[in-house]
Amino acid sequence: MDLIALLAIQVLYAIASLALISVGLAIIFGMMRVINLAHGEFLMLGGYAAIVATSHGISIWIAMLVVAPIVVGIIGVIVEMTIIRFLYGRMVDTMLATWGLSLFLVGLTTAIFGNTTVGISAPLGSFQIGAYRTSGYTLFVIGVAVVVLAGIFAVLRWTRLGLIARGTMQNANMAAALGVNPPRVYAVTFGIGAALSGLAGAVLAPVSGVFPTIGVAYVAKSFITVIGGGAAILSGTVSASALFGTINQIATFATTPVFGEVALLATAIVLIRLLPQGITGRFFRRGL
Amino acid sequence: MKVNRRRFLQGTAAAAASVGGFAPNAWAEDPISVASIHDLSGGLDIYGKPMVDALTLAVEEANAAGGLLGRKIKLINYDTQSNMQLYTQFAQQAALKDKVAVVHGGITSASREVIRPVLGRFKTLYFYNTQYEGGVCDRNQFDTGVTPAQTVEKLVPYAMKKWGKKVYVIAADYNYGQITSQWVKKYVTENGGEVSSIDFFPLDVTNFGSTISKIQAAKPDFVWSALVGGAHMSFYRQWAAAGMRKSIPMASTTFAVGNEHIVLSPDECNGMLVCYNYFQDLKNKTNEAFVAGFHKRFGADYPNVTELAMGTYQGFRIWAEAVKKAGTIDRIKVIEALETGISIDAPSGKVTIDPPTHHCVLDVHIAEVNDKKLKVLEDFAQQKPSDTAAVCDLIKNPADNQQYVIKI
Repeated sequence: MDLIALLAIQVLYAIASLALISVGLAIIFGMMRVINLAHGEFLMLGGYAAIVATSHGISIWIAMLVVAPIVVGIIGVIVEMTIIRFLYGRMVDTMLATWGLSLFLVGLTTAIFGNTTVGISAPLGSFQIGAYRTSGYTLFVIGVAVVVLAGIFAVLRWTRLGLIARGTMQNANMAAALGVNPPRVYAVTFGIGAALSGLAGAVLAPVSGVFPTIGVAYVAKSFITVIGGGAAILSGTVSASALFGTINQIATFATTPVFGEVALLATAIVLIRLLPQGITGRFFRRGL
Repeated sequence: MKVNRRRFLQGTAAAAASVGGFAPNAWAEDPISVASIHDLSGGLDIYGKPMVDALTLAVEEANAAGGLLGRKIKLINYDTQSNMQLYTQFAQQAALKDKVAVVHGGITSASREVIRPVLGRFKTLYFYNTQYEGGVCDRNQFDTGVTPAQTVEKLVPYAMKKWGKKVYVIAADYNYGQITSQWVKKYVTENGGEVSSIDFFPLDVTNFGSTISKIQAAKPDFVWSALVGGAHMSFYRQWAAAGMRKSIPMASTTFAVGNEHIVLSPDECNGMLVCYNYFQDLKNKTNEAFVAGFHKRFGADYPNVTELAMGTYQGFRIWAEAVKKAGTIDRIKVIEALETGISIDAPSGKVTIDPPTHHCVLDVHIAEVNDKKLKVLEDFAQQKPSDTAAVCDLIKNPADNQQYVIKI
């Protein structure tokens, strides 16, 4: 029984971390149809931002929850204005450009921070479930994911910004005719997507450590989650994370981590074969 | 060798120069090229950088002492960027284009198996200086790192005596982890213990949550880690964050090789047991002089001279010794010189080539991680590579060329 509770926490944690690392990408992809291959590097930059801020004496919570998203959000806006802006609608070109950006960011961080793994110890200690122990930080990550997803829902559903964003997403020309300035919406959205990636990278930094190429470990999974989820940003991310996270963790626990990864990828392949538009191409179509 | 006019002139000019008796630093001939093929970037650079630093120092020391055979040594560095394809490419380049006298390199066992056949085909002497799973039997290759019979065999009984008989093994998912974990299992069983499970992890796994739950459910007396690389370091963080470090101790064949004990906080890894050939704090004259020289060259704040760095340093020194003995850099003559069982007085103690296996007889030590340092607890003098010796005899069978997976 205790073990089941512990396993449930691990499954929730896997879902939460998948959702966190994917949601920034989902926003950028869902909004602007930009395949951002530098997504993993945004996560990596978030991790570095948090670690650098912490080592300069800023409280770890502020470093993770405030500094990292702001820093990466600003970087995102700069990237949008200098690179992405000129490439909307040219999918292959944006892929090439963001891939180049990813290599550049890896090189830059290697030059600045060196190619060693840095990290901060996870705060919050551990707690007991019956005979088992687990990290309190796990619950924190789950909490952050819930808050982030709820926040996105609230913004998209109930604010003017969300309305404009949804309108631009559905039909940019029509939105422009109604007085919205799509380039600005795009810049802001890209910045928010980047900021959320930075937040995710920072929150996961104490768990996995940070090194310049860590983006690679994240990027494949976040792409699979976004593609598996389909067009709707929120319901897509949540449903795909829930599916993949659960399968991955249960397979890992029942067999080995290798099969856990295999099970996740196999599920993704079957899913895309059956639902080429992703989960939200068939279900939750009216979701956000 | 084809003798054309240019080569003839070069040869006579060199001969004339050496007869002329120039000052020793007006190098008489072309330098001897030595290749270093290591990962200086990417996920494995935590291992590669100290290795190249140690090799650089060894070459500089040799040059300062007058070079080899009166010729200067030129170190050519190839950065393989933690990318297996580049190993093939650079091994070919070193052998065919740069025509080096010897290649020192390869970090993971996977990379070694990539370059070993290339260098065998192109007849270029190869030194693999990393501690590994044992069993490589190849007359063209020398291995200066420790193997399981030298380390695991010592550390298993030590840890079992200290902590108990039930062991949970976690290992990196490639030939090193797969084979080493079998060795751990063999020695645990021989010492009357039990391995409750062996779990393998691809090198990019960073979430160990469910494994940590699994380990808790299995309730071992201690955990044995053969995890490798930067991503796997997060296991130790997550392990400590779950509060497990204090309840289930850990021993490892890979920890601290990439200076993990300095990157992680003492709270995340104190008390872990490791067993290697070299520790920076070894108390002997040669080592003290070496460490002083190393700090002078690379700065007093250099974090730690690792096991792999020392393997590389000792590998170069042994090769240089063999070249002196052979009086040439000719591959076969150098191999024959090495096969006389050549030995050096190295910072880790005496290191001797074991002729039948091309591995080394050397000292090993068990140490404990203690506040970012490695505290040596017990010494074992002059350990033989008995694992590889059980299957490999290159004196009887010089044409042998394979990696034995030793049946356990």
